[in-house]
Amino acid sequence: METTYSAGRLRREILRQFLMFGSLLLLFVFFSLSSPNFFTFGNVVSIMLATCVNGMLALGVTFVIITGGIDLSIGTVMTLSAVMSGVFITYWGFPVFLGILGGIGTGMLCGFVNGIVISKMKLPPFIATLGMMMIAKGLSLVISRAAPIYFTHAPSFSRIAMGSIVGRLFSGFDVPNAVLIFIVSIVIANIILTKTVVGRYDFAIGSNEEAARLSGLNVDKWKMIIYSLCGVFVGMGGVMMASRLNSAQPALGQGYELDAIAAVVIGGTSLSGGEGSVIGTVVGAFIMSTLINGLRILSVPQEWQIVVSGIIVIGAVYLDIVRRRG
Amino acid sequence: MKEPLVLMEGIDKSFPGVRALENCRFELWPGEVHALVGENGAGKSTLMKVLTGVFQKDAGRIIYKGKEVKIPNPRVAQELGISIVHQELNLMPHLTVAQNIFIGREARRKGFSLFLDEESMNERAQELLDLFHINIDPRIRVKELTVAKQQMVEIAKALSFNAEVLIMDEPTAALSEAEVEELFRILRKLKEKGMGIIYISHRLEELKEIADRVTVMRDGHYIGTLVIHEATIDKIISMMVGRNIYETSSREHIDKETEVVLEVKNLNRGREIRDVSFKLKKGEILGLAGLVGAGRTEVARAIFGADSVESGEVYVRGQRVRIKSPADAIRHGIAYLSEDRRRYGLMLGLSVEDNVVLPSMSEFLRFNFFVHRKKSKERCAEYVDKLRIKTPTLAQKVKNLSGGNQQKVIVAKWLLKNCEILIFDEPTRGIDVGAKSEIYKLLNELVEEGKSIIMISSELPEILRMSHRILVMCEGRITGEIDAREATEELVMKYATMRN
Repeated sequence: METTYSAGRLRREILRQFLMFGSLLLLFVFFSLSSPNFFTFGNVVSIMLATCVNGMLALGVTFVIITGGIDLSIGTVMTLSAVMSGVFITYWGFPVFLGILGGIGTGMLCGFVNGIVISKMKLPPFIATLGMMMIAKGLSLVISRAAPIYFTHAPSFSRIAMGSIVGRLFSGFDVPNAVLIFIVSIVIANIILTKTVVGRYDFAIGSNEEAARLSGLNVDKWKMIIYSLCGVFVGMGGVMMASRLNSAQPALGQGYELDAIAAVVIGGTSLSGGEGSVIGTVVGAFIMSTLINGLRILSVPQEWQIVVSGIIVIGAVYLDIVRRRG
Repeated sequence: MKEPLVLMEGIDKSFPGVRALENCRFELWPGEVHALVGENGAGKSTLMKVLTGVFQKDAGRIIYKGKEVKIPNPRVAQELGISIVHQELNLMPHLTVAQNIFIGREARRKGFSLFLDEESMNERAQELLDLFHINIDPRIRVKELTVAKQQMVEIAKALSFNAEVLIMDEPTAALSEAEVEELFRILRKLKEKGMGIIYISHRLEELKEIADRVTVMRDGHYIGTLVIHEATIDKIISMMVGRNIYETSSREHIDKETEVVLEVKNLNRGREIRDVSFKLKKGEILGLAGLVGAGRTEVARAIFGADSVESGEVYVRGQRVRIKSPADAIRHGIAYLSEDRRRYGLMLGLSVEDNVVLPSMSEFLRFNFFVHRKKSKERCAEYVDKLRIKTPTLAQKVKNLSGGNQQKVIVAKWLLKNCEILIFDEPTRGIDVGAKSEIYKLLNELVEEGKSIIMISSELPEILRMSHRILVMCEGRITGEIDAREATEELVMKYATMRN
């Protein structure tokens, strides 16, 4: 009795994963049939490139959401990280790799502060990270004096995202490094979530925080680690963003957090914590960027693209709820 | 008046798998305080829920003021004049006394019915409170009041419905001596006015002071009704407990010289834990008995570091240890298995393996970071076999297991962590009868292996059958220690109701 029940459950789980990939595939087929310009090497690469930054934020916030928390500051912290890279490289003339580390470090520090405020000061994650969102936004503007910081003196900086190692090895396949970095980050995030103690405790805390504490976990410490980890991915997103634009744009960033959270929930991660996957998040992020790209190719006005994305978020999560119930 | 206010006859009530009430009877006269007593789970609350319309009876009849009535929901009960004051008060702390009393039927301003007439509500509340000499300002917020005063607000609320029957569920559980006196004064006033009061209580000794008659229930049955001057505490207890048959156990007696693995000295925290000291010996099952709210769980959680204490010392194998968090306790080999497994014990959405391995994670890491799946699987499987946990695979989510197997998953978790001192809080709660004996067997195996167990239980037969030694608590204090060979249910109940 129990065995058949669980087998059914397993089958549903597989179905769920399949459905997610299926919807992405469906989108691809639909747009390919609708327009000859969609399924070309150039366009697929541009979809991937468009997914990179949002995808990085989504990877980071996946860890946080699995604990049952939320991080609203990822958008503006990404901007602050970009600005700090600019400060290191352009203002202070540090070598590029230190600028990159500075950007990532900024993201990690902001995440760490979020972690402290949430675990030690016991603020709800929504409020703590809302505060951090405003602080990071303000600091970006203050530090940059509200003007973009350009990386013109460090031409190698823009090659981080826009150069192509792959293109050099296999001529004709000019996949930008940003995509490569994103793919490596996905692999790393997936390993952390599924194979390491961080991932294990992530699920444990999100599944039942009190029981985790009573099992002897130092829940406060692990939360700080997880929020910092989120910050690392956000910092990498910031550096990537700056490299792509060859400048740090202090006014950009707000609103990115919601796109990233949308990607996570489309990917089947529950906002109440305890479940979720890196693969789901990645598919979620691709669904969003594919949709925008496809609608643009079909000449749907930008305003309507936003409306459709909203419907997709609601629809995807509703489907997930229905599947769970069934 | 020649007829009872309330007469309940032949009341049956079943829930899926449980016969909660069988042919129950209860009678209440106007101007009477009628106490209703029984062990936890005897059916008192269920019977009262039938009377107040929360549950529907399967059979029997309720006669109210000479007429048979149907009570399909709590609202009808209220309209008939039957009100209940629950043990957990149902007040809104941020509203004032008057606002609470008239919630849902607020007075409106004449001509402007959208607006509330606070003054008239305050006046009416004041009148009501004055009538019984209850000294509370109706304008004050409920959260500013003591529990005792809040209870009076609840009574006033009940009276505002023109109640003729007032049910008090464990009204004195959270009150001090002086507050109890005040409550009794008010209840006597209500009685003079011809009201019938049903008084549910575990504190048998206070019944003499307030009750006129006592009805005893056991296992969903009506046992009998006594006039108060005929009812001695011993008599009531023997009616509550009923059986005098004790299962003899095969367990060995624990020697005086056996090593003490855990010693607790002078543990204190407010009114919940008062000067608790005891010793636990190696290979012993120490039963911790008492009524609900006696402070047993509080003591267990304090030893485990889940809650803090004001003072007290804990020794493990003679060494003084400082336990500030569950992690500290676990390091010293102490584990706590909560009665509320779903809330405090398990990650329901995660697999058996994830749950079992969680506290011992550090043993299964490579480079302190990567989980060694193969090793963790092997060790987990070992304990699943040993404890006979019925699960199709280690990847099964814990929420799909039965209560007994969930309990075993928690035991496996602590055994894997090498915990030598296991504190079980209601180990068989929510576990069906068949699986209970399996848990008992497991407990016996554990102590044979040299583990030591503190077992908190509200089920007397369980305590008597399983323990080597029994400590009884009442109101945060240890009121008695009984060797299992001399223990009887009457003796345990006597200590459990020993208030100071």
